[in-house]
Amino acid sequence: MKIIILGAGQVGGTLAENLASEANDITIVDTDMSRLRELQDRLDIGTIEGKASHPGVLEQAGAQDADMLIAVTNSDEVNMIACQVAYTLYNIPTKIARVREHDYLRHNKAIFTDKSIPVDVLISPEELVTKHIRRLIEHPGALQVLDFADGLAQLVAVRAYYGGPLVGREISFLRAHMPAVDTRVAAIFRQGSPIIPKGDTVIEADDEVFFIAAKKDIRAVMSELRRLDRPYKRIIIAGGGNIGARLANTIEDHFQVKIIERDIRRCNSLAKRLDNTIVLHGSASDKELLLEENIEDTDVFCALTNDDEANIMASMLAKRLGARTVMTLINNPAYVDLVQGGVIDIAISPQQTTIGSLLTHVRRGDVAAVHSLRRGAAEALEAVAHGDKRSSKVVGRAIEEIDLPAGTTIGAIVRNDEVLIAHDDVVVENDDHVILFLVDKRKIGEVERLFQVGLGFF
Amino acid sequence: MHYKVILRILGILLMIFSISMLPPVAIAFAYNDGLEVAFLSGFLITLITGFIIWAPVYRVRQDLRTRDGFLITVLFWAVLGLFGAFPFMLAKTPDLSFVDAVFESVSGLTTTGATVITGIDHLPKSILFYRQQLQWLGGMGIIVLAVAILPMLGIGGMQLYRAETPGPVKDSKLTPRITETAKALWYIYLSLTVACALGYWVAGMTPFDAISHSFSTVAIGGFSTHDASIGYFDSPAIEAICTFFMVISAVNFGLHFYAWRQRTLGHYLLDPEFKFYLTVLAGIIFLSACVLILTETYPPAESLRKAIFEVVSIATTTGFATADFAQWPVMLPFLLFVAAFSGGCAGSTGGGMKVIRILLILKQGSREIQRLIHPNAVIPVKLGKKPISDRVLEAVWGFFSVYLIVFIIMLIILLGTGLDQVTAWSAVGATLNNLGPGLGQVAANYGDLNEPAKWVLCFAMLLGRLEVFTLLVLFTPAFWRR
Repeated sequence: MKIIILGAGQVGGTLAENLASEANDITIVDTDMSRLRELQDRLDIGTIEGKASHPGVLEQAGAQDADMLIAVTNSDEVNMIACQVAYTLYNIPTKIARVREHDYLRHNKAIFTDKSIPVDVLISPEELVTKHIRRLIEHPGALQVLDFADGLAQLVAVRAYYGGPLVGREISFLRAHMPAVDTRVAAIFRQGSPIIPKGDTVIEADDEVFFIAAKKDIRAVMSELRRLDRPYKRIIIAGGGNIGARLANTIEDHFQVKIIERDIRRCNSLAKRLDNTIVLHGSASDKELLLEENIEDTDVFCALTNDDEANIMASMLAKRLGARTVMTLINNPAYVDLVQGGVIDIAISPQQTTIGSLLTHVRRGDVAAVHSLRRGAAEALEAVAHGDKRSSKVVGRAIEEIDLPAGTTIGAIVRNDEVLIAHDDVVVENDDHVILFLVDKRKIGEVERLFQVGLGFF
Repeated sequence: MHYKVILRILGILLMIFSISMLPPVAIAFAYNDGLEVAFLSGFLITLITGFIIWAPVYRVRQDLRTRDGFLITVLFWAVLGLFGAFPFMLAKTPDLSFVDAVFESVSGLTTTGATVITGIDHLPKSILFYRQQLQWLGGMGIIVLAVAILPMLGIGGMQLYRAETPGPVKDSKLTPRITETAKALWYIYLSLTVACALGYWVAGMTPFDAISHSFSTVAIGGFSTHDASIGYFDSPAIEAICTFFMVISAVNFGLHFYAWRQRTLGHYLLDPEFKFYLTVLAGIIFLSACVLILTETYPPAESLRKAIFEVVSIATTTGFATADFAQWPVMLPFLLFVAAFSGGCAGSTGGGMKVIRILLILKQGSREIQRLIHPNAVIPVKLGKKPISDRVLEAVWGFFSVYLIVFIIMLIILLGTGLDQVTAWSAVGATLNNLGPGLGQVAANYGDLNEPAKWVLCFAMLLGRLEVFTLLVLFTPAFWRR
C-alpha cells in the first residue's frame, strides 16, 4: 500500500515505524530536515522536506498514486487543507486527519464531508487517550482495557498476583471454578516473552495475562487472577492540559476528582468548565500540597502533563506518599519499559493508543478495530469474516479447523451483538466479528490473507 | 560493530557472486576452449568460502548500523576483487601472476578497464566474456543488486546502498523503499544493456562481441574483446551507438527513472547537472576537433569522428579507443585526461569526481566573485532553482580536497617505485577516476609496471569506485573505537 504521512512528529514517526515493517511504501513529509534524516537513517521510507499541504510537495511525495494520506502535523488546519488538496487534485481514496481542537469536532458531521472538508477518518489523540484512561479507571487492577465490537467484548491485561484463585493452576481450571462465566485467555507474557496458552498452561504469579470476555464478565474473571481491588473513588489528576481537563470532565460525575494545575489562568478556566472537580493551584511535585490533599487515601494518581520527566517524578512521589495506583502519561517510548512495573503501575503511551485506530484503516480485509500492544510487538484485531465455506478460509469452519499462523489465537466472536467465546467447536458464520490476538505482529500478513475473500465471492 | 551480521551478509553475498562464474562455464563448453575446470573451481571455491563464512552465523538477526555498512561494502569489494581473480589465475591462458589476476579482476569490477593482458584477441572466449561480465556487475554495483534481490537486507540495505552509490547527496532514493529503488536501477541498467547489445548486433558485430561490448559500454567500463578496442571494427555505426550509450550511461539514473515513470523527456533539459555535462562534452569535442584539423593530424571528417568518440570515451571514464589519444598533438592528451576527473554524473555508472561536484565548485567560485562586487549580498548557491545547503557544499569541498590529497600521496608512492612522471601521474589518474588507459608507459597496457605499483593502483581503483570516503573511513581510529 502506498501511504503518505504528513508530519514526522511523535505520532507520524511511530506510525512510519509500524507501517514500514509491513512492506508498505511510506513517504513522510515534514519541514524539519534533521528529523526526516533521523527517520530515514532508521527506517526504509522515503522523505520529502516541505510544507505538508502544498500541492507541489504532495505531488513530490507521490500523491497521484497514493492509497492513503495520513495528516498528523501539529496544525489542525494544515491537516484539513492537506486532505482537501489530496481529495480535489489527486483523489486519494482514504484520507485520515488528526484534529485536536474540540470545537471543530463538535460539528464533525457537518464539516468533514466530501462536499466541504473531505476527511474520511478523524483522529483525536487526546480523545483516544482520555477514553483509554477512563477505561483503566473503571477497571481497577487492569493494565490495559481494549474495546471490541463497540465495547461489547473487551480484552483486558492483568498482572496475576499471589492470592488469586487461579494463580498456580492450569487455565482449564477456570471453567470448572466459574461455570457461569465464559472467557478465554488469549496470551500470557511471562517476563516479557509471550506464551500461547493451552488448557494445561499454568498461570504463575507476575504473569501478564490477556483475556477476552463479555464486558459484564470482566470483573468476575479479574477476581480469579488477583485479589480484587475495590472500585476506585478518589482520583487526583496532575496537569490540567487537554487530556487532564477532558478526563476530569468525563469522570467527575462518578468519581471524586481533584486536578492540580500550575498555571493560575488555566486553573481559572478549568474551574469555570468543571462543576464537581476541585481545581488546585500548585505543583504536582509539591509534597506538602499532596499531603494536604490526602494523597495517602487517593485511589488513582494520574500524571498527565506533557513533560515525561515531570510526570514520572510526580508519580514516584505520589506512590511514595501512599497513592494506591499511579498512572503516568509517557511520550518517550524508551521510558515506557523503564518505568512500568516498577514504582509506576501503568504507563500510558499516547502513540500506541493512537496507532491502533490508524492501523484499523491500513489493514487489508474488513477490519473493524486494531489495538497495538506491547510497544507495537503484538496486536489485537477485530476482523469481519465474509463469504461462505467455498470462498472464505474462515467462514463455515469450526475454530479448531482454521489454519491460523503460529502465535495467533482467536479469542472471541461477536455475532449479532452477542459475544461468543471462541471454543474449539464454535463455527464461524458470515458477518461474524472475529477477535484475534497476535503475539508476533510479523504474522499480520498471513492473518490478513486469511480474512480476504476468495474470488468466488464476487 | 556487529561482526556476526557482517559475516553473515558477506557470506551470502559471496555465495551469490559465485553464480556469476557459471555463465563463463557455459561459454567455455559452447566454444570448447578448455576452461570449464578453471571457472567451475572458481565457482566452488567462492561458493564454499561463502558458505563457511555464513553457516556459523546464519541465525543472527540484527539491524545494521551505518558503520557496519561501510565495513561490509569495503570488505565485499575487496573480497570480490580477490575471488574474482581465481579464474584468471587458474586458466592456462592468460598465464597471470597473483597480482596481475587481482589487478585485472579489480579493474573489471570497478569498471576501470585498465588491463595487464596483451594479445586479447587470442584469449579464450570464456575469459573474454568473464572480463566483460565483471565490468557489467560492477557497473551498477553488486550491492545494489543484492539489495534488490534480497529483501532480508531490509533496513540495513540503506546503509550499504549509501556506502556504494556515487554522488554528493547519498540519501536520495527514487522510491520510498530501498529494494524498489535498487530494482528500478537494475531494470534501467538491464534495459540499456539489452538495447545497446541489439544496436551493436544490428550494426554488424557478432552476437558474442555485441553482448560483451554492451556489458562494458553501459557499465562505463572499457574492457574490449579486441586489442584494438572499438577501433577493431572500424565502423562509424558502431562508434555512434557506442558514443550514444556511453553518454546516456554516464547520466544520473534518477533522470532515466523519471523518464521511464512519467514517459517524458523534457526533464533532462531542466536538470542543471545534465546540461553542464553536455556543455562540457560539446566544448571539449569542439576544441579537440579544431586542434586535430588545424594540426592536420587527420582529414577533417575523420578528425571530427575521432574527436567525438575519444572525448566521450575518456571524459565519461569509459576508456574505449579508436585512436591513440596519447599521441595526439599539443595539449589534447592532457585536456582529455583532465576531463576524466569530472567524469560521469552523480548516480550513474561513470567514475571520476562526478560532474555535479565540479559544477558546485564552479558555482561557489562565482559566488566569491559576486561577493567581492556586492559585499553585503546574501547569495545562496543554487542548482536549478533550489538552494544547496552549506552542508552539501562543505562535503563537496571535503571530497575535492581529499581526492587531491589521495591522488598526490599515491603519485608520490608510484614515483617512489621508479616510474617516470607522466606514467605515474596518468596511472594514478586513470585508476582513481576508473578511466582505464593512461599516458606514457600505461597508454595501452599496465602489464609492464612493477608489482608494488600494481597493488597501489588496485587500491586506487577501489578508492575511486567507493568514492574515497567509504574506504578511507576504515583507516581512522575513530571508526574502530567502540
